[in-house]
Amino acid sequence: MTNMNMVEAVNSAIDTMLSKDEDVIMFGEDVGYFGGVFRTSDGLQEKHGKHRVFDSPLSEGGIAATAFGMGINGLRPVVEIQFADYIFPAYDQIVNEMAKVRHRSGGEFWCPVTIRTPAGGGIRGGHHHSQSPESQFTHTPGLKVVYCSTPYNAKGLLISAIEDNDPVIFFEPKRCYRGPFYGDPHNVPTWSDHPEAEVPESHYKIPLGEARLAIEGDSCTVISWGAMVHVCERAIKDSGVSCDLIDLQTLVPWDMEAVVKSVAKTGRCVIVHEAPKTSGFGAEMAASIQERCFWNLESPIERVTGWDTPFPHTTEWDYMPGPDRVIAAIVRTQED
Amino acid sequence: MEAKQYEQVESVVIMSGGDGVDPLYVPDAPHRPGDEADFTEWPWSPGDLGRPEIDCDASETLDLAEGLVRVLGDDNKTSGDWDPKLSPEVLIQGLEHMMRLRIFDDRMMKMQRTGKLSFYMRSFGEEAVAIAQTMALEERDWLFPTYRQPGAQFVRNRDMVSMICHCIGNEMDNVKGRQMPVHYTYKEGRFISVSSPVGTQFSQAVGVALASNYKGLDEVTITWIGDGASAEGDYHYALNFASIFQAPVILNVVNNQWAISTHKNFASKNGNFAVRGIPYGIPSIRVDGNDFLALYSVTSWARDRASKGFGPTHIEVLTYRAGAHSSSDDPSRYRPSDIHYYWPGGDPISRLSEHLKQIGKWSDKQHQELSEKIDSEVMAAYKEAVKFGDLANGPYPSSDAIFTEVYEEPPWHLIEQWDEMKKWRDSQ
Repeated sequence: MTNMNMVEAVNSAIDTMLSKDEDVIMFGEDVGYFGGVFRTSDGLQEKHGKHRVFDSPLSEGGIAATAFGMGINGLRPVVEIQFADYIFPAYDQIVNEMAKVRHRSGGEFWCPVTIRTPAGGGIRGGHHHSQSPESQFTHTPGLKVVYCSTPYNAKGLLISAIEDNDPVIFFEPKRCYRGPFYGDPHNVPTWSDHPEAEVPESHYKIPLGEARLAIEGDSCTVISWGAMVHVCERAIKDSGVSCDLIDLQTLVPWDMEAVVKSVAKTGRCVIVHEAPKTSGFGAEMAASIQERCFWNLESPIERVTGWDTPFPHTTEWDYMPGPDRVIAAIVRTQED
Repeated sequence: MEAKQYEQVESVVIMSGGDGVDPLYVPDAPHRPGDEADFTEWPWSPGDLGRPEIDCDASETLDLAEGLVRVLGDDNKTSGDWDPKLSPEVLIQGLEHMMRLRIFDDRMMKMQRTGKLSFYMRSFGEEAVAIAQTMALEERDWLFPTYRQPGAQFVRNRDMVSMICHCIGNEMDNVKGRQMPVHYTYKEGRFISVSSPVGTQFSQAVGVALASNYKGLDEVTITWIGDGASAEGDYHYALNFASIFQAPVILNVVNNQWAISTHKNFASKNGNFAVRGIPYGIPSIRVDGNDFLALYSVTSWARDRASKGFGPTHIEVLTYRAGAHSSSDDPSRYRPSDIHYYWPGGDPISRLSEHLKQIGKWSDKQHQELSEKIDSEVMAAYKEAVKFGDLANGPYPSSDAIFTEVYEEPPWHLIEQWDEMKKWRDSQ
């Protein structure tokens, strides 16, 4: 085991797969010689060759389309979209092409592509470097959607994503690349000494579709993913309420069993995500939870989310859900 | 893992990608850290290329697209059909705008390093582009820039304090704390709001131009895109729509050689962007982007064409990104640190100032005095701007601005969330 930050863990996952499988290749904007604007592919071109890790033209649609073609012809491309905000020129290729090719071809062709993309706020990125567009992909049948939160799950989930034979959209919370984010921009810890930053150098997998029980408790189920997992961890500690904290990890397919088991136990539920509320993935979860756990619920399901507005620049801390809003929601679920 | 989709068929011949080893061909940048830069000297001189009639056909501009329009020679003298014969007053005005932009950029970059703003992007080495081109237009013409053309605002008389207030995200930021620094919007100067996703403005500009056309107004729209972003679909949408509808638009590809770390070799196989306009039926010109006079001249030719109903012009502005992409970038990781000194196009400010000296209208002393005058002007503007707050210390625009102008009128669900935010904010 080695202490790694999330950048190093992502790098290690790609490195592991490039070493293990010659069909794996990686490309995207600035990922080759430079090693990526967040350094996630640092050193990989030098190690594995220019023909396996390379820069692409600035064309997200082109990146997705080329990955599609390579994928249906036997390769296993891992591509990077530099910021999730820039994924939309690729949306047609992802939603209409990658997501449907297995089905539309009667199973003759499939597309084992992994699209990695840094997402979420907290870096003063304004509208176009902060969005968390996971629900724009969870609404598309045929795609798997993953959102890591720690170095350990970043590597294990990314390896599973790359080895998966379906297209996977893999979100990396950029705010957590260098350290966990507890909602306080003035207190910026690193990953050193964090137990979830102990990462094996070798190949390991965290299965897609399995949630992680980050904290175990009795009185409330808090569900989250990405950077908000750490905000929830802080909120739970400060709330004094005994909670399960479920780090969903995979959004499609999500771990219904783990969620149902927890809500059946606690009878109360808070869902936290930084993406806007309307049609956010929290809405899908709340609906499914009430279908399955209606008679277990002791209080309404709460959602703490980003506002239904564009992501701001200077006032981002008034946008991103912080521990206070999460605590207030946990407390509300405890009222009879 | 399931079985592979296809097993390798034995009869398939593996082709070499060019280096004799890797089957897949991937280009590279010509110079990397540790290399010595060795740009080939330009074969083009001022006077090599003629100035065609404004109603010319795209095919008549092939030599202009494959060559390079220059006016300022290596001897700092002007010559050729493209010499716009500008008065010394106009040239000095242009020089002053460019110097102001460079000094402004340097000051803002220093402030970024002290945390007064979150991020910054300089126009270093490319100052002539937006300034000469905007000066060649009419004030009513629309500017649809990228983040590398803020200098156009100086030409359109934007108050520097207001620009700084945006960059430091204070209470007077006219973007109300919503966008990153350098994402200016300045409607009074017909400078349209900058967006981070690269390339989007290029095809939108065609729409702006067509609306002017539809309204019967003599307004031209100018827009810019980088060499890197020309790989986006938006670039091709723009050329096609502009050509088909004969839009009064000037479409510039600013080829500054780099898209962050990605060299232009990843955007064009043959290194020429200008010629791409010709098969779309758009007259196309490549121009020395560090030559103020050539840029001015080519742009006013294009404006004249557009204004008289002959449609779009496609221009490759050949220049060099002398600095980093942004304050988040370190180019010494991917190219020689001193590479811009070797660029055959030199520095746009020195070239214009040397020309003015050559014609006896400028001196080192005047240059120094102007530089000092601008420097104190920038400092004074900065001091004025920080009175309204800065990113390090606030005060910030009210977070109510998160909820306003999302729609023309906020719908019920936004009002509900806005109330929740206020309640939460008041409890802090």
